[in-house]
Amino acid sequence: MEALKKITHNCKHATLLIEKKLIARLTLREKVFLRIHLFGCGVCRLYQQQTGKINEMVRQLFHSSVQDVKLDDNFKKDLQDRIEEELNKN
Amino acid sequence: MTAETNKLDPHQWVQAHADYLYSYARARINDEEQARDLVQETFLAALEKSKSFEGRSSERTWLTAILRNKIIDIYRKKSSKLVATDVLQAEEEQADFFNPEDGHWNSQRAPQPFGIDDYDPLAGKEFNQILMKCMQKLPALWMSVFTMKHIDEETTDVICAELKLTSSNFWVIIHRTKLNLRACLQKNWI
Repeated sequence: MEALKKITHNCKHATLLIEKKLIARLTLREKVFLRIHLFGCGVCRLYQQQTGKINEMVRQLFHSSVQDVKLDDNFKKDLQDRIEEELNKN
Repeated sequence: MTAETNKLDPHQWVQAHADYLYSYARARINDEEQARDLVQETFLAALEKSKSFEGRSSERTWLTAILRNKIIDIYRKKSSKLVATDVLQAEEEQADFFNPEDGHWNSQRAPQPFGIDDYDPLAGKEFNQILMKCMQKLPALWMSVFTMKHIDEETTDVICAELKLTSSNFWVIIHRTKLNLRACLQKNWI
């Protein structure tokens, strides 16, 4: 019973394994731990859904590259001038 | 048939790639000025080694690789200073999320359903801003690990080697980053 309680109560370890599973392969032991834990823990099941979604959104945010950050035109002009200067040296 | 080789055209670099490189850097470095400097350094370094460009990749890919190496240098400098304190801080904060005795969620920190559960990524520009803000609150080292993993999709071995992390440090950081990020999103979701 005590051993089982160590699994069912340990959300800290379960969430670590959830993160690990998103990136790497779990060992058999870890898989068993996680499956037993999630069976009884709704909060960690919710965590698992949300964290997976966050990964998806982060990836989408960066790969869509629709970020609105731009350099200002003066900086760009100076930069190109600097490049031309270097090119003329050679 | 000869393969088409790409050529460099430095006269067009700024116009063609500066904004792209800048946004690449800004996504990974939370400092406008440093990001600007990096773009400049990237072009200058590229000029210096333009002879080594073999035309096998596109000009943009080649420039981005140079920038990326510069960013990793910065991460590395930061991380050698930060590993000890950052990880310590992470472990202390862990007490906030979980009961130190048995590791159970502390009830006030336990995840709750919020807008993310039925969120449509295509609809939400506002959400992206919250996400960016929450990411930028992360400690520098966590941000480095997170972006290398999730944006650049580097392998865990590469990240640990580049940032000189042990594998257990790596997992602590990944875990902590997501706990914080998720909590920040839940708190700031409109």
